[in-house]
Amino acid sequence: MPFFLIRRIAATLPVLVIVALIVFLMLRLAPGDPAAAILGDNASSEAMKNVRTQLGLEQSIPVQFFQWSARLLSGDLGESYFLKQSVTGLIAQRIEPTLSLAALTLVVTVLIAVPLGVLAAWRHGGWLDRALMGFSVLGFSIPAFVIGYVLIWAVSLKLGWLPVQGYARLEQGLLPWLRHLILPAVTLSIIYVALIARVTRAAVAEALTEDYVRTARAKGISEARVLVRHALVNAAVPIVTVIGIGIALLIGGVVVTETVFAIPGLGQLTVDAVLSRDYPLIQAITLFFSFLYVLINLLVDLSYLLLDPRIRY
Amino acid sequence: MFRTPFARATCAALLALAAVTASAQDNAKVLRMVPQTDLKILDPIWTTAFVTRDHGYMVYDTLFGVDVTGKPQPQMVDKYSASADAKVWNFTLRKGLVFHDGKPVTAADVVASINRWGKRDSLGQRMLAVMDKLEAVGDNAFRMTFKQPFGLVLEALSKPSGSPAFIMPKRVADTPADKQIDDYTGSGPYVFQKDQFRPGEKVVYLKHKGYVPRTDTPSGTAGGKHVYVDRVEWIILKDAQTQSNAITSGEVDMLSWMPPEHYSTLRTNPKLETVNPTFAGSYYLHLNHHIPPFDNPKIAKAAVLAVNQEALLRGQMVFRDLYRTCASIYPCGSPLATDKTGWFTGKPNFEEAKRLLKEAGYDGTPIVLMHPADFTLLNKLPPMMAQLLQQAGFKVDMQSMDWPTLLMRRAKKDPADKGGWNAFMTGWGGSDTLNPMFFAPLTGNGEKGWFGWNKDDKLEELKGEFAATTDPAARKKLAAQIQERALETGLFAPLGETNNLSVIRRGVVSGVLLAPVNVFWNIKKN
Repeated sequence: MPFFLIRRIAATLPVLVIVALIVFLMLRLAPGDPAAAILGDNASSEAMKNVRTQLGLEQSIPVQFFQWSARLLSGDLGESYFLKQSVTGLIAQRIEPTLSLAALTLVVTVLIAVPLGVLAAWRHGGWLDRALMGFSVLGFSIPAFVIGYVLIWAVSLKLGWLPVQGYARLEQGLLPWLRHLILPAVTLSIIYVALIARVTRAAVAEALTEDYVRTARAKGISEARVLVRHALVNAAVPIVTVIGIGIALLIGGVVVTETVFAIPGLGQLTVDAVLSRDYPLIQAITLFFSFLYVLINLLVDLSYLLLDPRIRY
Repeated sequence: MFRTPFARATCAALLALAAVTASAQDNAKVLRMVPQTDLKILDPIWTTAFVTRDHGYMVYDTLFGVDVTGKPQPQMVDKYSASADAKVWNFTLRKGLVFHDGKPVTAADVVASINRWGKRDSLGQRMLAVMDKLEAVGDNAFRMTFKQPFGLVLEALSKPSGSPAFIMPKRVADTPADKQIDDYTGSGPYVFQKDQFRPGEKVVYLKHKGYVPRTDTPSGTAGGKHVYVDRVEWIILKDAQTQSNAITSGEVDMLSWMPPEHYSTLRTNPKLETVNPTFAGSYYLHLNHHIPPFDNPKIAKAAVLAVNQEALLRGQMVFRDLYRTCASIYPCGSPLATDKTGWFTGKPNFEEAKRLLKEAGYDGTPIVLMHPADFTLLNKLPPMMAQLLQQAGFKVDMQSMDWPTLLMRRAKKDPADKGGWNAFMTGWGGSDTLNPMFFAPLTGNGEKGWFGWNKDDKLEELKGEFAATTDPAARKKLAAQIQERALETGLFAPLGETNNLSVIRRGVVSGVLLAPVNVFWNIKKN
């Protein structure tokens, strides 16, 4: 186990270096000029050249990469071209909304999707199964922005129950935080419930055909206990895997939901950075996401040890 | 419902917390406003971005403003005089001007500020180039001495857009012009709250309690800048539908820039009101005169003859209330606007365009028209323009890209098939086109000029004459000649004007001023 951990962490480093190099090169080779975006429409060619020089963009790409790598190794991720703030600080500012949304979505999703999947597996082929799977296809097929706008129209504009936009930080209180996050979390949950419910259904349905389930039933154990303690626990590995993938997707892929609900999260920051060609910020965010994905994968792998004692690394 | 003491206590604590938060917000008069775009750069001398300019007007004051007719009026200045030959200008600051840190505004602050601004702004550069001396004459007075007559001093110091000449403390204004400032102390009507600034989320300003407004009636960026709210919050909402939802639900009080696609919904909502806070803006077709085929004036003129303002504006803005055709290069109705537009009418003349193309020997090489697909405020124009150019006899290669790519590519002077370009379209605020010296693309100085690098000595000569005179009648005449010259040579094509409306909550927000740029003083909130 310790050897496995060291090996996995060591394997992370080349991944991060390759990601950093690819992102750096892609940014430098893609069209777009931060100087033009910084200076605005009235800027002259000369002013743009001056800004490019100040930002170090007139230097060759290898020199730029070397300088950036050297700073990175000393723990300095750089400063945003536009905001003149450290990119670490900017990421720290945006991480709370994104993690809050991801966490709440995950809680809502797991609480709904896993029981739904188990129920569908239990009534495999019946009307409940078909209804639940029909719902999951629907949930997965409707784009997030459509679900978001419909929820805003119904819950916020017509009923006036919840705010239509924005994010309240936890320091402002739990209730405002929750009020601002419910609709975006529900919007995202509809999609993820569909995904996780389907995987749960398949895994539990397969487990229910196993001999140990038949034995448990023959011993007169209650059906609820059979479903949860025997079938669900044994089907947990694929479910946890898809939940892990879901977390990674949630953290990196909530741009549409953040836009619809004006949540100042990492997704929005990424899009803004890309549109304005804020190279240091894009590079830092990409590295951060890469690190996060690796970490989530590691945790998912480790969870297998707890869920299935037969697995050994 | 809450059966355990713990549940009851938790619920009570949450409700109390919510109540405290709500009451803290309700005690102050807070105006929540959605700006046009996200504020990123805070130094208004460093960038010409509109949102940074608007931020500048919150935090900084100017020596002169322009009234609603576009005429310069004293703002921080109390009295001024100019010698008959327009070579010596004397100014005295009005009393009671203080920076946000409580220190008085002095002539030394003004001199440092003008020097820094003049290094970056195009009109400021022109002014400093002919200036002999800029000096403080005591604590409250300063003087400008010119080597040759310079008639545009008031226009330069009151220039409402691009980079307005904002006054900063000397310690800030001494920052090199090519470096951004990090101290945002101004003497304007609002104080920027740096510790509450969250890019992409919120910008907060508090009322500057030490600000002494002028006693004149507020007009444009001039007159009394009275502040009737305690706090202004700029809420950053990028999505047009989210903006519409936020003002409909009352979560924000004002949209400074109404999304045109939501006009029909917003104008019929009885709880909302649309107002017109700024002079109309304009769209323009810009041509690259540095490379073929638009280095040939006849071919450039043929492209301008393809313009159909009504069709282009209707396609982009959809609603008739939001646009109007205007053949003048200055905003229609503004002091220098004139109907002397020569052959340009804003209506297409394809036959004449075809004749010119034949006469000029256009070889059918496709024109690269850049299309900023992501820029919703103008992304419908290029496909329509491409169609019009084709009808006029051009072959068009419309290339889609995002706006940052377009901004980078327009700086390239290479041939169009080697990464360069022939034409693109963009919009200008009315304040940018009020005066030939403000309007960046109106240049004839070749490669030193704006993108498109038009070379026209006659145009530069006319602009030089315009800069030297202070006589309003002579200026009007010269402005008309400049316009005729620009249109005759096919420098660019005006595509008509748009009304940039704001949306406010009816009965809640009042006092929005008409000005060349969005200003947020004089606004009251019930």
